[in-house]
Amino acid sequence: MRKLQSSERMRELMAGYYMQGHQAEFNAWITSGAPVELLYAMDIYPVYPENHGALIGATKLGSYYSDFAERNGFSRDLCSYARCDLGCVFAGTSPIGGLPKPTFLFACNNICNTVVKWYEVLSRIFKVPLFILDTPFIRKELKESHLRYVEEQLYDFIKFSEKITGRELEERRLKEVISKSIEGVSLYSQCLLTARNKPSPMNCFDAFVNMAPIVCLRGTEHAVNFYIDMKKELEERIKNGISAIEKEEIRLLWDNIPVWYRLRWLGEFFESKNACLVADTYTNAWTGFGELKSTDIISSMAEVYTLSYLNIGMDRTAEIINRLIDLYDVDGVVMHSNRSCKPYSFGQYEIQKKLSVPTVIIEADMVDERIFSEAQVVTRLEAFLEML
Amino acid sequence: MISAGIDIGSITAKCVILQDHKILAYRILKVKPDLEESAKEIFEETLKLSGLKREEIDRIVATGYGRARVDFADKKITEITCHAIGATFLIPEARTVIDIGGQDSKVIAVENGKVLDFVMNDKCAAGTGRFIEVMANALGLKIEQVGELALKAKEKLKISSTCTVFAESEVVSYISAGRKVEEIIAGVCDAIAGRLMAMVARVGVRREVVLTGGVAKNMGVRRAIEEKLGFQVIVPEEPQIVGALGAAVLGTK
Repeated sequence: MRKLQSSERMRELMAGYYMQGHQAEFNAWITSGAPVELLYAMDIYPVYPENHGALIGATKLGSYYSDFAERNGFSRDLCSYARCDLGCVFAGTSPIGGLPKPTFLFACNNICNTVVKWYEVLSRIFKVPLFILDTPFIRKELKESHLRYVEEQLYDFIKFSEKITGRELEERRLKEVISKSIEGVSLYSQCLLTARNKPSPMNCFDAFVNMAPIVCLRGTEHAVNFYIDMKKELEERIKNGISAIEKEEIRLLWDNIPVWYRLRWLGEFFESKNACLVADTYTNAWTGFGELKSTDIISSMAEVYTLSYLNIGMDRTAEIINRLIDLYDVDGVVMHSNRSCKPYSFGQYEIQKKLSVPTVIIEADMVDERIFSEAQVVTRLEAFLEML
Repeated sequence: MISAGIDIGSITAKCVILQDHKILAYRILKVKPDLEESAKEIFEETLKLSGLKREEIDRIVATGYGRARVDFADKKITEITCHAIGATFLIPEARTVIDIGGQDSKVIAVENGKVLDFVMNDKCAAGTGRFIEVMANALGLKIEQVGELALKAKEKLKISSTCTVFAESEVVSYISAGRKVEEIIAGVCDAIAGRLMAMVARVGVRREVVLTGGVAKNMGVRRAIEEKLGFQVIVPEEPQIVGALGAAVLGTK
């Protein structure tokens, strides 16, 4: 695989981000699908246990940290991000020396309901306040009542964080952050879209590695600048005819959270078969946050965050995947049935039937390497590629 | 054109030597922990049986979970494709192939010798040959006795097919309750068939259905599958070599 220079810059950027966390006056632990813009607008530093979990997975220490949680009675069937996060808290450290102690916690259940209990546990351990933003699951249509319900909670959250920090949310500052968020997401989306080119200048592994800024730094100048550079690099690649992999014969779409401890292995496997995973549903989920509006901020925020990718019914999910299949012109879909992420993996067998191209399902876990069986995965993937 | 197909499975190694649509020789051996050694051994033995020399083999194709270890093969192809090709070679009307091997079972939809779709068992031994092996062991039976004995049962005992280890403890408790061995083993065969039916349902049943892999020789499992399908399946004369045969067929192309 041809490594992007952006990946190196991302590492530096994220190292800086993690370091900053220890200096911040106030910080909040936040779930990946929560409206981080509100925190940035109040200069509250956001800490992402899920991103931290991905990092632990990538360093292949998932089972090591998970063990600390399991020894404290947490089930192995629980999400491995949650297990690793709690495990690191119990261990008192992590590959980056642990996360800074939270001022408060902010969980939004638009990605799953595990986060509710997980953050409740954190709240008990750290003895800090917890705010749960409850977004109703949108099986079919989004209703006015749903929006009002979420909108009211957003106002409650502002009051909640103002009370804790003694700061006031300034509208001017919020507008700034929202416009940076919109700009960042737009640039990020344009980066992903370069993969429409044949051959693609990037694959989903590049997207996975470089998604941290849009998750953690969304709403800041850093994310904007990062994706400006990344976009430039990708456009340069297209101009010079440089593709992500040596020889692109088959184009594929990845579904679900990556198998973090096998990123390189999977990347090399697909490259050896001349197959390029040009896009994925996971990193594409963040492009949806581009629908925020700088006028009517709170109500657009309620809408955008309620309609997050994992908070909608199966028909809509299938629709989105079919749109990605067309957009990126892929020949097949590789679905990762992720032991950890039930809302993402539940329904894959049904969704599979609604898709316009062939699919294969592999069983694994995003962080817990004990779940991965190489021989089984290889046979399924090879047979799938032979079939295509 | 003479080609050899080598299938290194989890329990047995198989080799087929094929010349112009005719099987010259085949052999099945227990696999050894050293897969390279097993591959060489099965190939040489089959070669001896065929009366051919090494140089006379034009192409070697390896398959099975140990395919990567067959370093003298010209090509490596998964057992899914090979079973589909092998089954179609023997039975051109085949549309669904159910392969039950030692550690894997799979259901493959085929047409015109091409794989349309496939499903493999979950990360679990229930529904594979290993399941029967463990149960036979608990009952003190030889694996070859299982099928015939199951056919003698007047009643099938219920055995859950979720987990091999738990199912074994169910078998043990049936033994201590004094239940008949044939009724227990019939329950074991039924449990496997039930597990496979869930996979068949995902791919969809289209006739003819061909049963391959070592477990296809087990009459108990075969009958249980037929009962659930409501019609007869086709079992090739030697179902265990279908993967190796498919590999050999692909070698001629």
